[in-house]
Amino acid sequence: MIPDSSEQKNHLRALEKACTGIKGLDEITLGGFPQGRPTLICGAAGCGKTLFSIEFLVHGALEYNEPGVFMAFEEKTEEITVNVASLGFDLEQMQKDKLIRLDHVRIERSEIEETGEYDLDGLFIRLGYAIDSIGAKRVVLDTIENLFSGLNNQGIIRAELRRLFEWLKEKKVTTIITGEKGDGALTRQGLEEYVSDCVILLDHRVTNKISTRLLRIVKYRGSVHGTNEYPFLIDSDGISVLPVTSLTLSHEASTDRISSGIPALDKMLGGKGFFRASSVLVSGTAGTGKTSIAGSFANETCSNGERCIYFAFEESPKQVIRNMSSIGIDLQRHIDSGLLKFNAARPTLNGLEMHLASIHKLIVQFKPHAVILDPITNLITVGSVSEVKNLLIRLIDFLQSQEITVMFTALALNDNISEQTDESVSSLVDAWLLIRDIEMNGERNRGLYVMKSRGMKHSNQVREFVISDNGVDLVDVFLGPDGVLTGSAREEQQLMQKAGIVLKDHAVSRKDREIDRKRAVLESKIASLKEEFESVREELNKTYIEDELKKEVLESNRKEMSRQRGREDSPE
Amino acid sequence: MSENTDIEPIGDNDNPQYVLRLFITGASINSRRAVVNVKQICEQYIKGNYSLEIIDVYQQKTIAEKEQIIALPLLIKSKPLPARRLIGDMSDTQKVLKGLGISIGT
Repeated sequence: MIPDSSEQKNHLRALEKACTGIKGLDEITLGGFPQGRPTLICGAAGCGKTLFSIEFLVHGALEYNEPGVFMAFEEKTEEITVNVASLGFDLEQMQKDKLIRLDHVRIERSEIEETGEYDLDGLFIRLGYAIDSIGAKRVVLDTIENLFSGLNNQGIIRAELRRLFEWLKEKKVTTIITGEKGDGALTRQGLEEYVSDCVILLDHRVTNKISTRLLRIVKYRGSVHGTNEYPFLIDSDGISVLPVTSLTLSHEASTDRISSGIPALDKMLGGKGFFRASSVLVSGTAGTGKTSIAGSFANETCSNGERCIYFAFEESPKQVIRNMSSIGIDLQRHIDSGLLKFNAARPTLNGLEMHLASIHKLIVQFKPHAVILDPITNLITVGSVSEVKNLLIRLIDFLQSQEITVMFTALALNDNISEQTDESVSSLVDAWLLIRDIEMNGERNRGLYVMKSRGMKHSNQVREFVISDNGVDLVDVFLGPDGVLTGSAREEQQLMQKAGIVLKDHAVSRKDREIDRKRAVLESKIASLKEEFESVREELNKTYIEDELKKEVLESNRKEMSRQRGREDSPE
Repeated sequence: MSENTDIEPIGDNDNPQYVLRLFITGASINSRRAVVNVKQICEQYIKGNYSLEIIDVYQQKTIAEKEQIIALPLLIKSKPLPARRLIGDMSDTQKVLKGLGISIGT
């Protein structure tokens, strides 16, 4: 656990601390080693004591303007200079710049004859001179225990060491004393009884043939500190300690939404996709397309101009890129543009803690917006279930505090009735997509469910998960009479429906034509009746006119006759 | 040796067999005892055949690193070979003699 430093009472004069400059260590110790006091770093051979102390000096000299003296009782100064050159520390130049002073103390027992009472004033004078010559604020005594093997009179050495540490305190220099781990004690010679302010234990543990370096603060007087074992890394950049075990749940919750890269999936997730800084688990049996979903997500993230790290524990980057390009996802261009970073390593490369440490380190360096771990299942080969779960809790914690969205893929076994993934992380994650095999009619199809998605309305439907040349997509499954239909059964059903529509269309149009024809017949009938009517009317008209004409003729005839009769009458 | 050192060359031989340097710290008890004891042993066993330099490390701090000095008082025998380093107040005469390679004829 990392205690919260803000709770410290600020108005009291607290213990002043000297920043170590070692990544992570200052966080665990809440600011570094106790200023002006000795700190003991102990551990077995080869666990990094000397490197720790050198880093302490170099960072002090370069970053905090505190020159340092390195007194080596073991290695020669030239050896040390060469050893740390690989980390980019130029001790030779720093010695010239009076930032660091190396002094090798050589004690050859065979050359020395003890002839009575003596003291270690020579060491005091040497150290005092070295401190004064560069105004040192930091001192390292690398394996001072060698004095015990070089000199016989243990009583004198113990008394002198006690005096030495008192003297160093008076000089107000921050001191690191390294000590080799002894049987049942922190150091062989019980140095811890002289150095009581701060004791740090380094360990290099090998379990299941996999090594993990661990650091623990055994005690730290006058300061709260993390008490757990923290893994640390030694690589080309030196030491980085990983204080990722946080028990507080106080990270921000973003309401920002980010797309999954699959529009249909976004639709299932309330129409907008995942929450930013959430954790997403994609689980499914082998070959269900977990990596394809991860690939789509990476592609989408990078297409939006955001950075993404892809931790591949199963395939090499080239393999992933090739496989993704086969479904129309071009990841290479994102690598070229620097937005996508692949980190592929076999899980067995190192222990879980080291994995976490390297993931942590890479994330801090690259500052991604999204992280993909594909698959977490393989991590189980290097740790137990509870260890993997622990690692993932810490990783999720860390990522959420950094507002990074994370997608895990996990292999679910078929016989897993409870649908739990092996790593039982499903309770930790914010969203859980489950891809399931649906086997029917002699073929295997994939069905995708959103098992959970915290804080959003999400679909409860099964969607068929289709991988095509154009990427991945989700298709509505068909609910036929036999239940859920997928794959070719679904297509068949779709075709059948299509055929039905065509037939129906056809029937409809035939009826329409019938009606048209009927109408035409009717209309032609109407026309002929009209013609008939016209002819009848004409006939009727004809007699009528003839009658009129007859009447007219008769009238004219009568008139003519009466005229003629009148003429005959008039002469009378 | 520079001039501000506290060198006390003792001995009367220009080419002595024994070349000794005694490093002390000021006037501490051990230092004073060592000086007395060394002088006494030399005078008794290798009289006239040695040179002894007494150096106060406080006065010459750089020499501490140069000569790999840790424990004081320190007597360095650079001649005759092999070189030997004797630490302590030289009160154990037998050990001093053994360290200096002087065998006492019994």
